[in-house]
Amino acid sequence: MNNPALLSIENVRKGFPKADGSELLVLDGVNLQLADGQIVGLLGRSGSGKSTLLRLIAGLSTPSAGSITYLGKPVDGPAEGIAMVFQSFAIFPWLTVLENVALGLEAQGLPKAEIRKLSLAAIDMIGLDGFESAYPRELSGGMRQRVGFARALVVHPNILLMDEPFSALDVLTAETLRTDFLDLWSEGRMQIKGVILVTHNIEEAALMCDRILVFGSNPGRILSDIEVTLPQPRNRLDPAFRELVERIYVEMTAKRFPAIAESGREERFPGLGIGSVFPEVSSNLMAGLIETVAAAPYLGKADLPEIASDLTMEIDELFPVAEMLQMMRFAEVEGGDIKLTEAGMVFASAAVDERKALFSRQLLGHVPLAGHIRRVLDERASHRAPKRRFTDEMEDFMDEEAAEHTLRAIIGLARYAEAFAYDDEKEVFSLENPT
Amino acid sequence: MTERTDSFAFVRDLVTRWDVAAVIVVIGLIAFLGEASRGLFAPLAQLAATPLSLDPAFLPQYAARTTLRMFMALGVSLLFTLTYATWAAKSPRAEKLLVPLLDILQSVPILGFISVTVVFFMSLAPGRVLGAEFAAVFAIFTSQAWNMAFSFYQSLRTIPTELREAADSFHLSPWMRFWQLEVPFALPALVWNMMMSMSGGWFFVVASEAISVGHTTVALPGMGSYIALAIEQGNLRAIGWAISTMFIVILIYDQLLFRPLIAWVDRFRVEQDPSGRVPQSWAFTMLRRSRLIAAMTVLFRSAVRATNRLVTRRAPTARKIIARPNSRLDRVWFIAVVALVALGLWHIGAMLVAESSWQETGQVVVLALLTMLRVVVLIALASLVWVPIGIWVGLRPQVTQYVQPVAQFLAAFPANLLFPVAVYGIVTWKLNADLWLSPLMILGTQWYILFNVIAGASSMPAELRYVSQNFGVRGWLWWRKVALPSVLPFYVTGAITASGGSWNAAIVAELASWRDTQVQARGLGAYIAEATAAGDYHRIILGIATMSLFVVAINRLFWRPLYYYAERKFRLT
Repeated sequence: MNNPALLSIENVRKGFPKADGSELLVLDGVNLQLADGQIVGLLGRSGSGKSTLLRLIAGLSTPSAGSITYLGKPVDGPAEGIAMVFQSFAIFPWLTVLENVALGLEAQGLPKAEIRKLSLAAIDMIGLDGFESAYPRELSGGMRQRVGFARALVVHPNILLMDEPFSALDVLTAETLRTDFLDLWSEGRMQIKGVILVTHNIEEAALMCDRILVFGSNPGRILSDIEVTLPQPRNRLDPAFRELVERIYVEMTAKRFPAIAESGREERFPGLGIGSVFPEVSSNLMAGLIETVAAAPYLGKADLPEIASDLTMEIDELFPVAEMLQMMRFAEVEGGDIKLTEAGMVFASAAVDERKALFSRQLLGHVPLAGHIRRVLDERASHRAPKRRFTDEMEDFMDEEAAEHTLRAIIGLARYAEAFAYDDEKEVFSLENPT
Repeated sequence: MTERTDSFAFVRDLVTRWDVAAVIVVIGLIAFLGEASRGLFAPLAQLAATPLSLDPAFLPQYAARTTLRMFMALGVSLLFTLTYATWAAKSPRAEKLLVPLLDILQSVPILGFISVTVVFFMSLAPGRVLGAEFAAVFAIFTSQAWNMAFSFYQSLRTIPTELREAADSFHLSPWMRFWQLEVPFALPALVWNMMMSMSGGWFFVVASEAISVGHTTVALPGMGSYIALAIEQGNLRAIGWAISTMFIVILIYDQLLFRPLIAWVDRFRVEQDPSGRVPQSWAFTMLRRSRLIAAMTVLFRSAVRATNRLVTRRAPTARKIIARPNSRLDRVWFIAVVALVALGLWHIGAMLVAESSWQETGQVVVLALLTMLRVVVLIALASLVWVPIGIWVGLRPQVTQYVQPVAQFLAAFPANLLFPVAVYGIVTWKLNADLWLSPLMILGTQWYILFNVIAGASSMPAELRYVSQNFGVRGWLWWRKVALPSVLPFYVTGAITASGGSWNAAIVAELASWRDTQVQARGLGAYIAEATAAGDYHRIILGIATMSLFVVAINRLFWRPLYYYAERKFRLT
């Protein structure tokens, strides 16, 4: 191809200024070329910067470094020819379906008759006829997202950006919408040249995309680039499709969960080792996953895709739990599999009090922040310490919000383990338990 | 899809019964405008030549003129809201000054604005009624604008990110964005605040029409002047006429304007929860069903589209979206603001030092404390009465259905119309004014507590009630652990409004008169009212400044923390 690429992203970096003046890096060293006729999936967990990248492409914000060019021209604002579909639909509740769809055309100042013709055509194509004069609140979620699609398609964009467009819908509706979209795409009726799809659903990516970019967090970056050659329409039960899903799981877990022996965590976060950001995971979920993996048919070792579909959990829900189990040495995650450690097996068959004791041991022994809080409380004569004491330390490594979330996560686990107590009213940690 | 283009259908539908009703309403409105705007350009002398009459036959005319003034002021307030609040929300630099300013303006007692500005407005159209009309409209404006602007500003700040991004990515020009995204999003809260503003305006209608500051005395024809005259002459029957007229007027604009508005703006709500009851309004149904009105809306929409095309069609590029902070300009701006504040402080300080003594200031603070005591005791008493009643009502949907509109109506009714009756009683039975004038302060504002508590109790999840029944939680335990915590956030919202309103009402309530008898309670309100009557600017400013300071301090130190606490701890979502 001699003519300029549809979209070209080179070495893009995006950071947000933190309160103390330093920069919080959310995207680093991202490269991407979008070729004609491709659907590219950006796959990753929330916080991996994939939505941020989509907004950079849409011209809704600008990169801190690197370049984004569309048809050879740098993107420095919302570009004509790039349209977006939003996760929460983002349709205006005070406009009818027709007015919502016509909005982008009106902004372009087209003649009234033309706006009407084009809008009705788009509404017709996306399967919304009969709903023209309805207000969004009269529509179901699936119909609302169809309005979102019609609104984006009516301006005849070259590139369609989709930010988790199906994740706010129920499973059946999402499937229908996906299929309809793929039909329109393969028939070439939408006049779109390329699509970028942000998703955290592995099967969705495998179903729709010609290329899947797996994103990692802290900072967000592309971990691997998977070419998908399966023909459309794809069948979920096809062995080749299952193999693809398995491969994506392996890719995601290999890079996401650093093996225990490497102890890469201490390297990345020097000092007290309290710099890791934790997801808020409840002890119930952790116990539940341990029990499921320990029981038949898994008996201590399970395939992640299998267990995800078994428990109908999305990776966004499953991975944090698995990650936490790994951190507390209840399980090892490797190659798309989760395997219980000895502690995990003991936990699965223990009674309530035993479980709590074991949980407390693992928490204080392997989660640096929990151990740190406990040590401080032990050392102080009053056995009390204000929350500020710890958030100040943590904010050297992360922003205020992440520190708050991480501390909440630790407090939740410590309460279950009875490792220490926390009074939210006074914002004070202590060793005493309420009598 | 097939479109109805058959023009005969239009003619046939033209004569629906909704159309007949719509035509009557429109013609009625035009007649009303004509009636109300008569005599605007007449010289002031003519006002003196045709004195007001207490004859009830004049009441429709007076009511029309007053209502027109109210709506003019509401229009000006809307204009102010759309500009001031937009500016504050869009410019971080302006925001730093405009928002605190609004907060202060909100707590300045309304009467203060009248006394200070009346001379200026009279000079705008010297010797003509128009000047006095300006002053009156401005006075009403000051009782309406601030909370509207505040609500608009807050709405603009809370537009969901994805909606804003959608507007950006579809290249909406700033003009289109404003009318298609920002205004519609802010409308539900704005309409609610407009209703509150109208009630606030009525409260001061007497003071704004029967203007009496120092030597300037003007009585514009209207309900306010009518009431003032009735008080002066001690005509209890005329007061009764005025109250009934007000009742009808408020009922009319509530039904013709606010109910339809509320039904209309319901579609602008972003949270699309189908469980809530859709507000109904017969007038709105009439407007929707009438083809005539529909044709007019189509015209209006075409006009809007035309403006969209006129004003820049190109969207802002990145620079508009990522406004880079300019530290040098920021510093200049900061210095300018500091200089302005310093200048203001110096002026006020100089005036206070020159004109009033420490003794006077101390005395004003004591008076303010007295008024505060009244407000606190009254809010506490009103809470003791209305919280249990509100909870009882709110838990019974059949009762709520009838009580809630009545409570809202009572909140909108200008309670000061009842003041003369109370004063008459105090004078007749020689009661203690310090004690018996106090309840007047909360007469109109207590309803905010009632209807907020009702709203809170009726939104209490049914499961919570079942659980307490299931475990046999009743009596005091039920009130303490179930009922009171679940309405607390709502109660606080109502109590904030009630407390602010009571301070404002103090000016009218602490100094009341009947014929030539003046009844006075010791307090800051009476101090300000007295200073206004005497035209003593320094004491007016001292009094108003003290009152603003107290209101702001109480809000910041008491209500706001309590509100956040209640929100965090007790909000059921």
